[in-house]
Amino acid sequence: MIRISGLSHRIGKSAILHDISADLPKGKLTALIGPNGAGKSTLLRLIGRLEPLQSGSVTLDGADLSRTPTDQLALRMAVLGQQTAIASRLRLRELVGFGRWPHHKGRPRPRDLEVVNQALAAFSLDDLADRFIDEISGGQAQRAYLAMTVAQETDWLLLDEPLNNLDMAHARSLMARLGELVRVGGKSVVTVIHEVNYAAAWADHVVAMKQGRIVAQGSPYEVLTSETLSMLYDTPVGVGSHRGRPLVLHHV
Amino acid sequence: MNKRLVLWVLAGVLALAAAIWLLQGLPDGQARAFVLKLRTERLVGLLLVGISTGMATILFQTVAANRVLTPQIMGFDALYMLMQTLLVAAFGIAGFAGLPAGVKFTGEVAVMVLLAAALFGTLLGQGVRDIPRTILTGVILGILFRSLNTFVGRVLDPNEFAVVQQASFASFSKIDAALLPAAGALTLIGAAAAMLMASRLDVLGLGRDPAVSLGLHHRRVVLAALAIVALLVSVSTALIGPVTFFGLIVAGLTHGLTHSACHRVLLPASAMIAAITLILGQTVFERVLGQAAFLSVVIEFAGGLFFLLLLIKGRIR
Ligand SMILES: Nc1ncnc2c1ncn2[C@@H]1O[C@H](COP(=O)(O)OP(=O)(O)O)[C@@H](O)[C@H]1O
Ligand SMILES: [Mg+2]
Repeated sequence: MIRISGLSHRIGKSAILHDISADLPKGKLTALIGPNGAGKSTLLRLIGRLEPLQSGSVTLDGADLSRTPTDQLALRMAVLGQQTAIASRLRLRELVGFGRWPHHKGRPRPRDLEVVNQALAAFSLDDLADRFIDEISGGQAQRAYLAMTVAQETDWLLLDEPLNNLDMAHARSLMARLGELVRVGGKSVVTVIHEVNYAAAWADHVVAMKQGRIVAQGSPYEVLTSETLSMLYDTPVGVGSHRGRPLVLHHV
Repeated sequence: MNKRLVLWVLAGVLALAAAIWLLQGLPDGQARAFVLKLRTERLVGLLLVGISTGMATILFQTVAANRVLTPQIMGFDALYMLMQTLLVAAFGIAGFAGLPAGVKFTGEVAVMVLLAAALFGTLLGQGVRDIPRTILTGVILGILFRSLNTFVGRVLDPNEFAVVQQASFASFSKIDAALLPAAGALTLIGAAAAMLMASRLDVLGLGRDPAVSLGLHHRRVVLAALAIVALLVSVSTALIGPVTFFGLIVAGLTHGLTHSACHRVLLPASAMIAAITLILGQTVFERVLGQAAFLSVVIEFAGGLFFLLLLIKGRIR
């Protein structure tokens, strides 16, 4: 479980997060939703220790984030930020290979290469493995970053809008893969999701944020209601049902 | 080309260049031993300058996540010269120039490493987000250090200033042999430290967020890398004076030849490419052209053009 308590965050003079407390369940797919600027990325970055904590605390399966060495955290959680721009000029296989770095620290063993090949295959990147990342499409690059994150083989995966740039088929297959990692692999996933229907269809737990606060959390059926969503996004939103899951009708 | 092969080819070319430098047109008789000794000293000097310039540039570009910047463009060498002047000002010629060259030099380098890590660590700690602004900051810092240097120089008395000023012109042919043992030791320390960090540098090269996510002690690695850069730039500035654009050419050639982001390849390749350029260039300029022009001027000119080209083509990452 990730336990967030009393987390506040400021950038310069503006308060971004206000006293956030929440428990993110272990072994579940948690979706973080909310309008632009709600603070989802900031919260995810704080949990992923990409930004230093200003006040409050975060524990990861009981370990205090600010007291656990960062290299040990890298064996327990993998973080994929919203804007990934890799500075080096790398081939895809090398990029995905970096996901194994926390395990081998520069001396890859056969097992590491095996995991990299599996990750490449899982995101259908075999054919692109020897291309440079600045010579492929945005969606292909996004899949490469995801493959790198998954290759890290951590209990926790924190993803910020992983569906960015993905077409329909790849978006669905990513959600299915995340679901499989949770149900079969026993992993825990926390992901920011822009399109609420993906949360409706795949998430076990939903956390809704607005203006730096958590305004609702619970199962998809509890959170994704017409009332909550209309309040969350300040626009009328209807909610139907499809195959026993909420279906959000926000586009009509 | 295979990356290991590139390194071996470079090593071969370097050995060849060194042999030509040492043996070409060697006089017979008594002069032979003397000329050979002089040439060996300068060969060692050029090698040290090559290693330090090449590796410092690669390290710095990894920290800055950018392929246009060099430590010299950011004012590292100006900082070194300013610090030298300040030391003369503080301790006077007697206390300063009186010290053995090696001791004085090692002390200067230690101060430089601390200064540079503090200053550039703050500036580059998060990686460079706004490249044009960083270049501008560096250029301004460089000008500031140079002007301060001149200012302190004017306040000093003329004799003291002469001691300092000697060091402020680039020349590949006036390498001070007395500095070589200390410079050699420091270069080896810097190069070894860089090679030991190679794998962490690869991760650093991904950028801050991915590096932190992979468990790299980002700030620690940045500071260590900058300290090594400061050490290496001090060595090359002490040996040949300030050269701004040479490292840029070397880094460009290194990336072009190796097509690698792996520092175990980049670092030695850059060192050898820099050394080959210096040794072959110096051979041609001294023995073929008879010092009709200065290698330092030509390299700076070519490097400056390359810098402009990179900026114009927008290849600044
Ligand atoms: N560097 C910054 N300086 C000032 N405000 C920022 C900065 N980064 C983000 N913000 C603000 O913080 C708020 C939350 O941002 P973010 O966490 O990225 O939102 P979300 O991911 O939910 O869209 C937004 O209002 C945004 O404008
Ligand atoms: Mg966001």
